[in-house]
Amino acid sequence: MKGNGAGIVSYGTYVPRYRISPDEIGRVWGVDGVAMGKNLNIHSKSVPSPDEDTITISTEALRVAIARGNIDPREIGALYVGSESHPYAVKPTATIVAQAVGATPNLTAADFEFACKAGTAAIQVCMGLVSSGMIKYGVAIGSDTSQGAPGDALEYSASAGGGAFVIGKDHIIAKINATQSYTTDTPDFWRREGQRYPSHGGRFTGEPAYFRHVTECGKGIMKAEGTTPADYQHVVFHQPNGKFPLRAGKMLGFNDDQMRYGMVTPWIGNTYSGAALIGLANVLDHAKPSERILVVGYGSGAGSDAFDVTVTDEISHYDHSIGTPVQKDLEEGISINYSIYAKFRGKIRLSGE
Amino acid sequence: MSVARFWRETLRRYNLGASKCPECQTVFFPPRSVCPQCTVHRKSMTKMEPCQLSGKGEIFSYTTVYEAADGFEMQVPYVLALVKMAEGPVLTGQVVDVDPKEVHEGMPVKATFRKLREDGDSGVIHYGYKFAIVRSPTASK
Amino acid sequence: MREVAILGVGQTQFGELWDRSFREIGIEAGFKALESSKLSSKDLSALYIGNMASGAFIDQEHVGPLVLDYSGLAGHHIPSVRVEAGEASGAMALAQAYLAVASGAYDFVVVGGAEKMTDVPDERGAAIASSTMDQEWERVFGASMASLWGLIARRHMIDHGTKREEFARLSVLDHENGSKNPLAHFRNKITLEQVLGANPVAEPLGMLDCAPSSDGAAALVLGPLETARKYTDTPIRISASQIATDFVALMHRRSITTIDSTVIAAQRAFQQAKTDPSHLRLAEIHDSYSIGGLMALEDLGFYPKGAAGKALSDGAVGTGGKLTINTSGGLKAQGQPFGAVGIAQVAEIVRQLRGEAGPRQVSGPEMGLAHNVGGSGATSIVHILSRVN
Repeated sequence: MKGNGAGIVSYGTYVPRYRISPDEIGRVWGVDGVAMGKNLNIHSKSVPSPDEDTITISTEALRVAIARGNIDPREIGALYVGSESHPYAVKPTATIVAQAVGATPNLTAADFEFACKAGTAAIQVCMGLVSSGMIKYGVAIGSDTSQGAPGDALEYSASAGGGAFVIGKDHIIAKINATQSYTTDTPDFWRREGQRYPSHGGRFTGEPAYFRHVTECGKGIMKAEGTTPADYQHVVFHQPNGKFPLRAGKMLGFNDDQMRYGMVTPWIGNTYSGAALIGLANVLDHAKPSERILVVGYGSGAGSDAFDVTVTDEISHYDHSIGTPVQKDLEEGISINYSIYAKFRGKIRLSGE
Repeated sequence: MSVARFWRETLRRYNLGASKCPECQTVFFPPRSVCPQCTVHRKSMTKMEPCQLSGKGEIFSYTTVYEAADGFEMQVPYVLALVKMAEGPVLTGQVVDVDPKEVHEGMPVKATFRKLREDGDSGVIHYGYKFAIVRSPTASK
Repeated sequence: MREVAILGVGQTQFGELWDRSFREIGIEAGFKALESSKLSSKDLSALYIGNMASGAFIDQEHVGPLVLDYSGLAGHHIPSVRVEAGEASGAMALAQAYLAVASGAYDFVVVGGAEKMTDVPDERGAAIASSTMDQEWERVFGASMASLWGLIARRHMIDHGTKREEFARLSVLDHENGSKNPLAHFRNKITLEQVLGANPVAEPLGMLDCAPSSDGAAALVLGPLETARKYTDTPIRISASQIATDFVALMHRRSITTIDSTVIAAQRAFQQAKTDPSHLRLAEIHDSYSIGGLMALEDLGFYPKGAAGKALSDGAVGTGGKLTINTSGGLKAQGQPFGAVGIAQVAEIVRQLRGEAGPRQVSGPEMGLAHNVGGSGATSIVHILSRVN
């Protein structure tokens, strides 16, 4: 699918400030957390404060994007929030975010859910609306405050954060040349209605799920665009941990240098719907005009969305001084112990609740 | 709290909608329909102009709260502050993600969007402003 | 306007009165006040009752006729007025009753204040206590009543160099006095170290800087001064009764380290009583939080701004000092049944002026001041009472 002129006008991210290490989580469950962290290539993961959720994270990320791009929020014609941790089962995240950034009432808005790729799916929808001329700006947000069940392997990685992308046709800092998806029915990870924590198929989440979809999708878009890994300065994958994307990258023929900026999970954990988008944001924080970026998202259940992106000259005038650069979120944070983490994440229930 | 009671303040709580007196130019938050500065009320009555706060301000006074206001128990200890906004008005709000020992008078802060309270597990969630410390925007490398 | 005198006072025990209901304590205070005068209930023109939050505490509104009814006065069909001004409800009721008698509309009235605070769980009680602040723009954002006074205390320390120990001394002083008051909620003495070491509530304020939740009631009988001697041997003149108000939310005030409503109410009261702070040696000041008491010493005009802390440290305030305050034990030790506080403060001044204060009697006072505050300072009421010679 060709981009037809659609591209990224602006972007913003938000990552909660608290961090917990695999070592600290392992200490509680009698697991060698250091080894676990090494195995997953995760040094720390972000933890949302009790007053943060997907709605607040999405709003903060979008406010940064709007400010950086100097965008009039009333010109946003569509706003979609992709997440698997929408605070309401019924009642859109998107309406609250739209209201909080001043984009209401003349826009269409909806919540997306496709495990970790709901945010990239939202970008595709925005591309269609923008390139067809139906709207001036479309906003795609991928944001989550995901939880692993206490003691589950997911607990070492599931974190919180989000990225917001404003898609448009004019003054784009990066052109989306093409997008492609690869979708099958693959039950690797799910959460049933009413359940607090997700379930997963253990090692089944690897080969038949993540790797198959990411590599097939990546190969597919490069074939369609007639490119090879050497044509890209940067590559970003969905990153459920710090190890899968490295392996997927090698399988497709990318080197560590190309993956350098797209990798964020080792320091902030798996932000689910936010992961690929925060990775892309970090690349854009560092990218230079005419550099080419390959993005391959992944969502369990399962599917991959790939994007072939070229940075434009506009990025030289883009105001990076607003908001927090991703790099800073990778380097900084407030370390907490498991007790505070458990309290913050509602794993401790107060009486009377 | 009823749904409508919170919902009707959304513009103020989400977006810091304020008002300005056309006579003396003083900005008020929350918005007022009459200016308390201009002694002749008729001058400002029905003439107050809507405006918006930038969200930037600095800490005027602060306290670390150990006995929480109801609904804030999970955040104890939390910092509550009076924040003098760039446009003039002073707001009451929490300062988030900060070691209480770090907080001082004059500290620059900016409004951030957070959950204010939830009406239990099944009720609506109320959102609004809190304040975050302004940290240097550039990464160290 | 004619002059008004207090002809009788009555007060219940303050504290956790598990076996007593709202109506019972209200009636007890009223009857005690009547009994201490030579009036009987049939002489009354009206009843005023100061109450802050009976609806929230015991689901009971319409407490004016309720107390009247259970006082056996339903058949008299006299007016019964409930007055609400937050924690200053008691003094506000007195101010309204004073105006009614001074105007000549009524001759004899009972004015009471009552609050039953222990019929709700602690957390609910704290929430109700916060109901006098701006609910939409203070409480929703995480403010508790203690936190507002914590913000005030911090800024007072920043602006005036006030030390934590200086306002802590007010709690020590209150407990010292409360130990001599049989009606007080707390009769134990406490040390400065205990106040400083108590659990933090809203820094810099700790648990012992905060007045308790108490049940209690107090009442006064008012009548025209000209005929007062017929009903009591020791009438006490209400020399001033003044109310002042301000912005409800702390954040909107001109200053947070000066309670303007107190400054104005005091200035008006001194003017009405044709006196000034230097002539006053006795006061009951509103110290729901210790810093509030320290600021009252400044805002009432006893000390310049920033000087009250040193006066407290030097012992200039307290028994033997130039100004004696809170012989009742203040809000911290005598207790804080919201609606009753303002009336109980006046009752204590009356006892002092009559020489009936027992072991806490100050020698020969001619005048006394009572200072009652609502919220974080949106309402202040000052009464000045004097002996009739």
